[in-house]
Amino acid sequence: MLKLLLSRLATAVPSVVGVLIVTFMLTRLLPGDPAAYFAGLAASPQAIAEVRTKLGLDKSLPEQFVAYIVDLAHGNLGNSLSTGQPVAAEIVNRLPASAELTLVALFVAVAIAIPLGVLAAVKQGTWIDHLCRVVTTAGVSLPVFFTGLLLAYVFYYLLQIAPAPTGRLDVFISAPPDITGFYLVDSLLTGNAETFWSALKQLALPAISMAIFSLAPLARMTRGSMLAVLGSDFVRTARASGLSSRTVIFTYAFRNAVLPVITTLGMVFSFLLGANVLVETVFAWPGIGLYAVNALITSDYAPVQGFVLTMAVLYVVLNLIIDLLYGLVDPRVRLDA
Amino acid sequence: MSAIPALAVDNLSVEFRTRSGIVKVLEHVSFSVGKGETIALVGESGSGKSVTAFAVMGILDAAGKVTSGTAMFGGSDLLKQSERDLAELRGRELSMIFQNPRTALNPIRRVGQQIADVLVRHGGATRADAPKLAIEMLKKVRIPDPERRAEAYPFEMSGGMCQRIMIAIALACRPALLIADEPTTGLDVTTQAVIMDLIGELGRDSGMATIFITHDLALAAEYCDRIVVMHAGHIVESAPSQTLFADPRHPYTAKLLAATPGETASLAELVSIPGNLPDLRREDLPACRYSGRCERLVGRCAEPLPHQTIGDRHGIACWNPL
Ligand SMILES: Nc1ncnc2c1ncn2[C@@H]1O[C@H](COP(=O)(O)OP(=O)(O)OP(=O)(O)O)[C@@H](O)[C@H]1O
Ligand SMILES: [Mg+2]
Repeated sequence: MLKLLLSRLATAVPSVVGVLIVTFMLTRLLPGDPAAYFAGLAASPQAIAEVRTKLGLDKSLPEQFVAYIVDLAHGNLGNSLSTGQPVAAEIVNRLPASAELTLVALFVAVAIAIPLGVLAAVKQGTWIDHLCRVVTTAGVSLPVFFTGLLLAYVFYYLLQIAPAPTGRLDVFISAPPDITGFYLVDSLLTGNAETFWSALKQLALPAISMAIFSLAPLARMTRGSMLAVLGSDFVRTARASGLSSRTVIFTYAFRNAVLPVITTLGMVFSFLLGANVLVETVFAWPGIGLYAVNALITSDYAPVQGFVLTMAVLYVVLNLIIDLLYGLVDPRVRLDA
Repeated sequence: MSAIPALAVDNLSVEFRTRSGIVKVLEHVSFSVGKGETIALVGESGSGKSVTAFAVMGILDAAGKVTSGTAMFGGSDLLKQSERDLAELRGRELSMIFQNPRTALNPIRRVGQQIADVLVRHGGATRADAPKLAIEMLKKVRIPDPERRAEAYPFEMSGGMCQRIMIAIALACRPALLIADEPTTGLDVTTQAVIMDLIGELGRDSGMATIFITHDLALAAEYCDRIVVMHAGHIVESAPSQTLFADPRHPYTAKLLAATPGETASLAELVSIPGNLPDLRREDLPACRYSGRCERLVGRCAEPLPHQTIGDRHGIACWNPL
């Protein structure tokens, strides 16, 4: 298992290098001149040039790149031009908000999609199978920002059961002490029920929007994979040996069927990282997605760079976890490593 | 053969619902196998051998339906049992070995555990001593170094080894009836013989009845007391092995034997039987499904098939036998 981990880590190195280069180039190629933007509208050409020198933008691209890498090595992602705050600190502060949202969404999606897919396959052609089909079709045809807006419109504006879509907590409730950065966890750890409920209520709509979006591919893959495995020779052997249907379905069929579902899970997770940007914007969620969007609008490239880099690292870590999970379930993968 | 057969299948018919309509895959299939007896079920590919086995085991696909018949086993009719009762019998009283041992085993479960699962399921062992008993089974099917092999996954083993594991699973609870569906197809000749000997030997020890499904007439003759010949979902002839070889009466059997030049022949290599199996989806299937290929066709062949017995246990379904 350790060997598998190391070999997968080694393959991740080139992707990280690639990401470094791409994030660097990307922000240099974005339209808009940050120097001009920050010197202000009425600035003279000299003033703009001064700002440019101060930002190091007058140097050649390779020089800028080296400076960027050196900074990175020191954990320095630069400062945001608009707020003056260090980007690294800002991202670390905001990451828990995004992570909590994404993980809860993923958890909800998995908790619904996998049982639904398994049941649909086991009871093929019954109402639950049809339900599964409806859910997967609806899920793929609704874009996530649309679901978000629709949910906010129905549950906040029309029915008024949900709180205003403005951040992680009701304005009158104070944030829990920062232990993990996850409000749900922190409020539970400190036994603060009021904060917990408020955080949960705020989280519900954005998390559900993202869950609906990721439900479809997961349920569809679970159903298809389960059907294939249920029709396979070794399930027939298990049935011919008289094993109970619980053993046949879970120990024999499901463990095999879950392999492609794990792969899909990785894919869905990376979709969700992207969908975060939209959902955070709709629900004014103070995560890194919203941070990046605001920075992008003001041509503030350090935060954008920091955001893309964070996403890329998350993505690499995620793939690593998926690979390890896969290896845990499938002995054939362990051997290949 | 003892007076009470281990399994007596009578008048079994099976249909499949498919996109292109109902397929009458089996019609009026009757045969029996006595305690301690080994019979062979032979016939071309698609003749319904596996479907017969699946119907008896109660593991037909959802699309398949038994439309008539009985399968008496130990005083009760397998075809009328509830799924729950059948599951109790399967693996304990009646077992099956499949073609293609590599895909017939769970790829991500240790083989020892797969044997243990059956032992635990049928009350033969607790979870704690199941691994030890599983290793005992591995010894019985002569797997070298059984303690280590029990920890292996199927993909780490050869086809022959996998088939021995299948045998260990099937025989773990000492069943009264074993159905072996082409257990040696895809294995080399030496391994074939080893596997067949193993099944024969373990079966003899416990007085087990065995139905051996094969393409290979020579193999059937060598290992089986009786041979049942199937064609397109009908049983056309059944007789003790020597009788069948010496005195085939159904034109199809005769063709099969004529096309079997010697020791190593198998139906898979046959080219000389003219025509193909009829399309079973046809509405107007002839009463005798061999009539389209038969050289001895007479007027009566359009009438419902006769089932006559000549001499001692030699059955033929033909109006104009040899
Ligand atoms: N699930 C199914 N749906 C429709 N038809 C089926 C199904 N399973 C089997 N059949 C049909 O039943 C007939 C008999 O199949 P079966 O598998 O019993 O043949 P077989 O004698 O075992 O052949 P082989 O020697 O190739 O294993 C075939 O014509 C096949 O097309
Ligand atoms: Mg078959």
